Amino acid sequence: MPAVSKGDGMRGLAVFISDIRNCKSKEAEIKRINKELANIRSKFKGDKALDGYSKKKYVCKLLFIFLLGHDIDFGHMEAVNLLSSNKYTEKQIGYLFISVLVNSNSDLIRLINNAIKNDLSSRNPTFMNLALHCIANVGSREMAEAFAADVPRILVAGDTMDSVKQSAALCLLRLNRTSPDLIPMGEWTSRVVHLLNDQHLGVVTAATSLIITLAQKNPDDFKTSVSLAVARLSRIVTSASTDLQDYTYYFVAAPWLSVKLLRLLQCYPPPEDAAIRGRLTECLETILNKAQEPPKSKKVQHSNAKNAVLFEAISLIIHHDSEPTLLVRACNQLGQFLQHRETNLRYLALESMCTLASSEFSHEAVKTHIETVINALKTERDVSVRQRAVDLLYAMCDRSNAKQIVAEMLSYLETADYSIREEIVLKVAILAEKYAVEYTWYVDTILNLIRIAGDYVSEEVWYRVIQIVINRDDVQGYAAKTVFEALQAPACHENLVKVGGYILGEFGNLIAGDPRSSPLIQFNLLHSKFHLCSVPTRALLLSAYVKFINLFPEVKGTIQEVLRSDSQLRNADVELQQRAVEYLRLSCIASTDILATVLEEMPPFPERESSILAKLKKKKGSGTVSDVEDTRKERNTNLGVSSVFQVTSSPSSDLLGLGNSSAVNSGSPPAASNAASLLVDVFSESLPVAPLGTASAPIIEENFSRCFSTSMLDRYFWPSHISGRLLRGSPNISKNAFQTRSRLTALSAFRFVCKNNGVLYENQLLQIGLKSEFRQNLGRMYVFYGNKTSTQFLNFSASVVCHEPLNLNVHTKTADPVVDGGAQLQQILNIECLSDFVEAPVLNINFRYGGSVQNIAVRLPVTLNKFFQPTEMMSQDFFQRWKQLSDPQQEVQKIFKAKHSMDTEITKAKIIGFGTALLDGVDPNPSNFVGAGVIHTKTIQVGCLLRLEPNTQAQMYRLTLRTSRGSVSQRLCDLLSEQF
Amino acid sequence: QVSVKIRFILIQNRAGKTRLAKWYMQFDDDEKQKLIEEVHAVVTVRDAKHTNFVEFRNFKIIYRRYAGLYFCICVDVTDNNLAYLEGIHNFVEVLNEYFHNVCELDLVFNFYKVYTVVDEMFLAGEIRETSQTKVLKQLLMLQSLE
Repeated sequence: MPAVSKGDGMRGLAVFISDIRNCKSKEAEIKRINKELANIRSKFKGDKALDGYSKKKYVCKLLFIFLLGHDIDFGHMEAVNLLSSNKYTEKQIGYLFISVLVNSNSDLIRLINNAIKNDLSSRNPTFMNLALHCIANVGSREMAEAFAADVPRILVAGDTMDSVKQSAALCLLRLNRTSPDLIPMGEWTSRVVHLLNDQHLGVVTAATSLIITLAQKNPDDFKTSVSLAVARLSRIVTSASTDLQDYTYYFVAAPWLSVKLLRLLQCYPPPEDAAIRGRLTECLETILNKAQEPPKSKKVQHSNAKNAVLFEAISLIIHHDSEPTLLVRACNQLGQFLQHRETNLRYLALESMCTLASSEFSHEAVKTHIETVINALKTERDVSVRQRAVDLLYAMCDRSNAKQIVAEMLSYLETADYSIREEIVLKVAILAEKYAVEYTWYVDTILNLIRIAGDYVSEEVWYRVIQIVINRDDVQGYAAKTVFEALQAPACHENLVKVGGYILGEFGNLIAGDPRSSPLIQFNLLHSKFHLCSVPTRALLLSAYVKFINLFPEVKGTIQEVLRSDSQLRNADVELQQRAVEYLRLSCIASTDILATVLEEMPPFPERESSILAKLKKKKGSGTVSDVEDTRKERNTNLGVSSVFQVTSSPSSDLLGLGNSSAVNSGSPPAASNAASLLVDVFSESLPVAPLGTASAPIIEENFSRCFSTSMLDRYFWPSHISGRLLRGSPNISKNAFQTRSRLTALSAFRFVCKNNGVLYENQLLQIGLKSEFRQNLGRMYVFYGNKTSTQFLNFSASVVCHEPLNLNVHTKTADPVVDGGAQLQQILNIECLSDFVEAPVLNINFRYGGSVQNIAVRLPVTLNKFFQPTEMMSQDFFQRWKQLSDPQQEVQKIFKAKHSMDTEITKAKIIGFGTALLDGVDPNPSNFVGAGVIHTKTIQVGCLLRLEPNTQAQMYRLTLRTSRGSVSQRLCDLLSEQF
Repeated sequence: QVSVKIRFILIQNRAGKTRLAKWYMQFDDDEKQKLIEEVHAVVTVRDAKHTNFVEFRNFKIIYRRYAGLYFCICVDVTDNNLAYLEGIHNFVEVLNEYFHNVCELDLVFNFYKVYTVVDEMFLAGEIRETSQTKVLKQLLMLQSLE
């Protein structure tokens, strides 16, 4: 018999529990329980009034039976009676029964609340704690209503005992979580903050949790907690390991409280007050230093407690993202952990480094650990550790290491655990696309992906490779050749047949000149797979065949033969049968011209990036990993890194804000000869809202399909359910990106320097999209306000403030005051550049959502370089003008470190996006870039010459700008140097 | 992101018998049973070389095995793993002290006291008190009451 149970009887309970344990079968147990239930029922119903002890014992037995998993439908009243007992043990059992069993039972709730009320006002700390624990455990609305006033009062009353304060703080926290509307802030709020100064560390521990929850909802009201938390933390981390006595755990001073204080500080930006900031930095340094000290104990508890604080400190450092030295130190510390013998530490180091990789200050430092991480992928025994290694590789990937990382992920994929294969496939697909320098590498990578893990390659992935091949004519030949070769394998995955069928159907002609891949061979190869494929794939292949009829008249007969066979024309599947019949007829009756029109090559897809990303996010839920991706994605967008696909994609891509702005800047209308620009026109007239994301996606889809229908492609090429899906998915490259971190909003000003369209701002309610064009000194900006909620925005107003009204003019029309849920509102801004300017105008948005007024201010991406006209000139002219602008004020030079990999093509695209002409063969050193253009303002025109000299060894650039105006040189230099 | 909250605490033996279930979120009874089974399935397959953390639905489980018992805490994925891992150990040391070398049977026969210990140390899904001295003093005081 256990030691403690001796003292306090309830022998009957112990006997009953023993009986149950001795039951040999489930039936015996049920029999024993039923016997006991009958016994208890008769006792409760009996004429004789039960004494408190018996009542307690029986209620406790009922509770035990319930916890074994049996229903209990009586005894509640007896439990409630126990609440009014004067004996602690009886009261405790009563409260326990209520906490575990009562689900806001309406009959009893009044009685229970009465008992709680009595205990709360009893001034007996033990009873008060029981009552508070019960409220905290049940946390129902009824209780919140009844005690919304009492609990805060008890918490801040001067004479409340420490242990009651602890319970009251957490009780209030619970009520605030379940029924925040019932717990109004009051004068208690300021006093709660001062609990951080309490002498009793247990009170501080409980209060910190409460303050964290409150501060998350109302940061402004709890701002003062920052300095108090820093002071408290500072006292803890500098204390000797024995100072805090009761709160020292294995030689670590108050580890849990430290962690909570560091969490609280993560609700706020770095402290503005220099003294507080300095003190906090000292704390963080001390914590990092301690990690390097020899351990005070060999026990794992010591190192765990110490490292719990260390990891939380690193989280705070990452959250602040403002102290490069701390970030790099954190990264080094984690680097040591990567090779630690404790699996826990290796895991946590990988996880934490993932977030460090998204900070521009530590991204490079994280990258130095690539070999260790790759090794972890190969050697770790715990799949969750390997998973973290994959996450980290994904997070640290950039153009410089993409090939290595993708190769390692592909080779890991061959043996990867089934549970994480699909995710790795998505990650590889995203990285391959994002960092592709050569399309051939991209195509190879995706085909490898299908070969290695075909079953895990989702539709999004193979749709995507097709979109890209269709949009990029320089990769089409290579793609056709590669799929042709891949299809030779005796057993190839069905996904490969789909990709192969589609690509050969479109671009098989590009390799038909080679006798080894003549039209007939191509067709036979595809058709050899036909019978092994599922219906949707066969349908796709039939479409590829009819496309062949158009591409290669010489195989028309062979294909017609296949279409005509009974297995097609009389296929049991309606879709296949219909296709066979229609394609056959089409090929028989249509003239070559009509065939060529109907079966024309697919027009480019509107460019959008995130269908795969969206899929990955969906897979990962809303956990950390997707947050990491968001931040990283955001970083990339902000600083202008974009993949080759984005920078150089076809004109149609401008529609989605990912394209190259030079087409508009150069002032020449986009060529209207091909299907793609036709589509652009269709969209820009009827649907200028296209960049605005998911809400509008279905409409685009519909319109898009309609465009196809005119050429019958949609109907003939895709089963209807596929044709639309290619376009689905959120195009918001920066969705979720704009949270409340001010540093990022500031950086976002540079995001649009080299592009004109995209999502300017987004929070949970509102998305603001932009589409703009500039010519000479004039610009027009279409601003789209998307209401992401299902509720109306009322009193909506959007106005523009120019800080330099003499230099820049923005005219706007008043926006409609109501934006319906899910709807979008368009506003047109007319911009006139009067003279050179620095400050971008600010867009102020106010509206009422629900009960609250929302104010949003965003800087509009109207920058001086938007008014560039590119100027082409010869080498001689360039140098002549360069010499003319020799006044020291006219030249501005800046030497800066490369923030991104120094890719030549990207750099070129950015200079063109910036608005100048890119002059080839001007600079004697071919690795330098030279540009020229004229800034148009109403009053003057300013000629501008620029030269960018990369030094790849040092990872540095030197940017030199000469213009006739010093202020213009300076401004342009500031804008452009942020882009590399 | 900063949210700190325990979703539930479970103590289970290797056979899957629950020795304590403390819920800090509303779940209905079926859901609770499902969670108990899932946690058991996830945790018992892991060996000593594995981490003490495991992803679980949208949360994570921080767990530690003591003899035949698994102590599991379910928290948000962003929460501090090691702080909860040592939170478990701190709790176990208190139980050990309170029950004088705690064993599984102590938890069975004194289940109603284990709830009291939990409430002293964890409340509303938060860590309430971490000092073993303070908790034990309070428990002994309660023990002396009748």
